[in-house]
Amino acid sequence: MATQESLGMRSFRVLTGAVLITWLILPLIPLAIWSFAKGWFYPDLLPRNWSMRAWEYAMSDTAGVLDSLWLTIWISLVATFLSILVGVPAGRALGMYKFRGKEIVELMILAPTIVPGIAVVLGIHSVFISMGLNNTVHGVILVHLIPTLPYMVLVMAGIFSNYDPAFEAQARSLGASPLKTFWYVTLPAIRPGIIVGGLFAFLVSWSQYILTLLIGGGRVETLPLLLFNFATSGRNDITGAIGMIYILPGIIILLLTAKHLSGRSGAVGGFGQI
Amino acid sequence: MSDRMKIFLLLLPAMFIIVVLFFGGLAIGAMRSFNYMPVIGLTQPNFDAYISVFTDREFYLSFALTFHIAFTSTVISSVLAIGAALLLRRSFIGRGLVNFLFQINLTVPHLVGAIGMLYLFSQSGSFARLAAEFNLIASPADFPALVFDPYAIGIILQYVWKEIPFIGVIVLANMQSIGEDYESVARSLGASKWQTFRYVLLPLIFPGVLSASVMVFAFTFGAYEIPAILGANFPAALPVLAYRKYTDVDLAARPEAIAMAIVIALLSAVMIYFYVRYSRRRIRG
Repeated sequence: MATQESLGMRSFRVLTGAVLITWLILPLIPLAIWSFAKGWFYPDLLPRNWSMRAWEYAMSDTAGVLDSLWLTIWISLVATFLSILVGVPAGRALGMYKFRGKEIVELMILAPTIVPGIAVVLGIHSVFISMGLNNTVHGVILVHLIPTLPYMVLVMAGIFSNYDPAFEAQARSLGASPLKTFWYVTLPAIRPGIIVGGLFAFLVSWSQYILTLLIGGGRVETLPLLLFNFATSGRNDITGAIGMIYILPGIIILLLTAKHLSGRSGAVGGFGQI
Repeated sequence: MSDRMKIFLLLLPAMFIIVVLFFGGLAIGAMRSFNYMPVIGLTQPNFDAYISVFTDREFYLSFALTFHIAFTSTVISSVLAIGAALLLRRSFIGRGLVNFLFQINLTVPHLVGAIGMLYLFSQSGSFARLAAEFNLIASPADFPALVFDPYAIGIILQYVWKEIPFIGVIVLANMQSIGEDYESVARSLGASKWQTFRYVLLPLIFPGVLSASVMVFAFTFGAYEIPAILGANFPAALPVLAYRKYTDVDLAARPEAIAMAIVIALLSAVMIYFYVRYSRRRIRG
């Protein structure tokens, strides 16, 4: 089909492609420029003076940006680890077995991917207050499991539906312990799923705003909260720098997983939450 | 160990978390919205919160605005995403780059996109400066209000920016697994390009588009930080209004806030129904 295409059609494609490229990177450009600007006043198209001030501020030990970065990484890592721990067995059950009530279980696991966080978190907040979990990192990690866990389960269910348990049976019959069987047989087979699902869980947790704001009570200040505060207080240069830092892990993760990613994977739905 | 026992144990931890945190959160929220909280001595459930929500003009304005944001963003993103997927299906100069940017964009949190839109479209933003450079406007106030505006244009632009790649990636994968054979047959039988798209390809990709759109609609209806950055103060998007009421110094407004959250949850339940109808095959892997 491609060979019959006219020159006009081909240039139309290149043109719309160019428009699309411009549109996709456009919102990130002022953020990047702001982070190096020293005052950038209307109607200047570009800043008159450039400076590293915002970056120096963001990287300094006293500003709290780095503390916030480590805290965000820690919360997302723990939420990811817990999602893997809990999501892998559930994925196995859903991917490998047919059972009564399976559709209801699937629906219950899917529900948090559609129901917005604000609808759930107000109720959780009042329970967490009575349990002393509000305003704590633990509380924040727990609520992050609501959006992260479903994707982990969906990805693992996909992996286990193509998984042959006969290898496990062989390993067991040859005398391997259940632990050894898991470590040497199951784990290598499901590792790609764990990596992709885990990276998605990390990114979903990384991008949470309202859950952290309400449960953390502003006391657990992750990077998105800090970014929001600087953006609404008009410190555009620092906002730009934090914004750049904030999108970096996503880009790194993308570069790592590009070959695993396809729209067919259940994991891609996770992008809808970021 | 029987299979039943095995399945039960495998599912137990995940179901425990989802039932306790997610459904528990919803249930406690629902109870509070009915002013039913035996722990703090409220044992007589009532509809007070819902009555004050449903008799408040601001709620209807917020609801209408939020629906407009979600509906308009979803429709525009879906249409443009199908276009983008059609584009990316063929090879052309720069396809690799578009593909890469598509995926980069997926990983950028909405909050960053919202701030970017603010810097682009505010009255002293990049586009206003560009307009001033070409003498189209004399002062920032002459630039049309695209953020904090009553039509939520800035919010919609942000969602369109972020959701085109999301829906696009899903649709593209859909198209690639369908292949081009059906279209070739239609073409060889004399169908025009448009007919081939309208009567062959579109019906094939429609379930995928719909399930992605449902996710987008539910997300855009319930998101907080994007309208909080780009939205007008009054009327505010429903999640922003709910958050404001919840954090009001007057604690009596809390049940109202939760009642609004329950309204959002009910609407997303309708979305789940559609999602499940059209995406079953994707879950099965």
